[in-house]
Amino acid sequence: MALTKEQIAQRIAKELRDGYYVNLGIGIPTLVANYIPDGMNVVLQSENGLLGMGPFPYEGEEDPDLINAGKQTITTVPGSAFFDSAMSFGMIRAGKVDLTVLGAMEVSEEGDIANWKIPGKMVKGMGGAMDLVASAKNIIVAMMHSNPKGESKLLPKCTLPLTGVKCVKKIVSDIAVLDVTPEGFKLLERAPGVSVDEIRLKTAGKLIIEGEIPEMTF
Amino acid sequence: MNKVISSAEEAIKDIQDNAVLMLGGFGLCGIPENCIAALVKNGIKNLTCISNNAGVDDFGIGLMLKQKQVRKMISSYVGENAEFERQLLSGELEVELIPQGTLATRCLAAGYGMPAIFTPAGVGTEVASGKETREFNGKEYLMEYAFEADFAIVKAWKGDTDGNLVYKETARNFNPLMAMAGKITIAEVEELVPAGKLDPNNIHTPGIYVHRIFQGLSYEKRIEQLTIRKNV
Repeated sequence: MALTKEQIAQRIAKELRDGYYVNLGIGIPTLVANYIPDGMNVVLQSENGLLGMGPFPYEGEEDPDLINAGKQTITTVPGSAFFDSAMSFGMIRAGKVDLTVLGAMEVSEEGDIANWKIPGKMVKGMGGAMDLVASAKNIIVAMMHSNPKGESKLLPKCTLPLTGVKCVKKIVSDIAVLDVTPEGFKLLERAPGVSVDEIRLKTAGKLIIEGEIPEMTF
Repeated sequence: MNKVISSAEEAIKDIQDNAVLMLGGFGLCGIPENCIAALVKNGIKNLTCISNNAGVDDFGIGLMLKQKQVRKMISSYVGENAEFERQLLSGELEVELIPQGTLATRCLAAGYGMPAIFTPAGVGTEVASGKETREFNGKEYLMEYAFEADFAIVKAWKGDTDGNLVYKETARNFNPLMAMAGKITIAEVEELVPAGKLDPNNIHTPGIYVHRIFQGLSYEKRIEQLTIRKNV
């Protein structure tokens, strides 16, 4: 069974470590916040100018001056700090953020990522994604392995305009966990009930399979 | 020194067609609502607007787009605006999309008196096209110029009659950066107080950067994505 978006987020949460400063992108990455293990101290950075992002507010407690990078109403946790957009990207550029999780339309076997533009169809812009991928020490991509037409999104080379080059370190898709290595996509884990053959079939880029591939645990 | 003016209309009265404007805010959070309304009312055209986003169809810069007052947008993210996308795809509107950190830091550079910055954002992408690059410690960087803007229009929570500004929560975003970067900086605030009433330890934008200040008549503060937690 392929993972749900919630399960992808749950699997990514296993990569979190105590004391991490983490930037979560829009979409599936945002859901990772729901699975931070109890007792673990993880500080969420929102690139519009907040460290210490908390959960969504209860009805009636929303504050229009307090939003995340997806423009959703949020709250803060004790110990939070506000700052301007230049300082926000300053701490990203300086490598202070330990982990960045973001979505992708395509990832190449060399770790290139495309997620901001489909020429002639979609022009929303890159937002902070180019800054994040150019500087983050550790980038995990949360994505579907194939597009709605069934075509692989893990490619030898990206076909869409790039967001960044040779930057993705790990991918958690709906069917697999893979490391991006100098030799290609290295299969680490498969979704429960998904065969290695299915992953091979759905991965257009170079796939490295060594030994037995375990099923993911949550 | 008298920076206090009476209204948004007075604040923007000498902005001419073809001006380059910076407008603070992130999404609809911390946008100069009163000045945008005044710009829409006076109808000046052919503007170049530097702003992280372009508002939504019926609020923020979206209102200026609807009246075709904007010739060019310089932004990082312009989703959530159907009229914007239509004008862009039809070629009526020129758009320069740049990484958000680059946008912020080009404002910062202007306010800090530095002509350019080096950033890794966009290296190897179409953003790098035609730009000078330089290698530092084995990594490639793009040279990006400081912005030049005729007017910066920002919104703060509190301000004093000397132009000192304090922002609230994430409504700070681009506002203090743009406040530093305009040849003329206009600040609209929710509450204008006499000089001396704000704590000098907690000023976000020193008044030296601000030329005109007024208290906005009212603030709608529209929420773009109301997201709530269910009661357990």
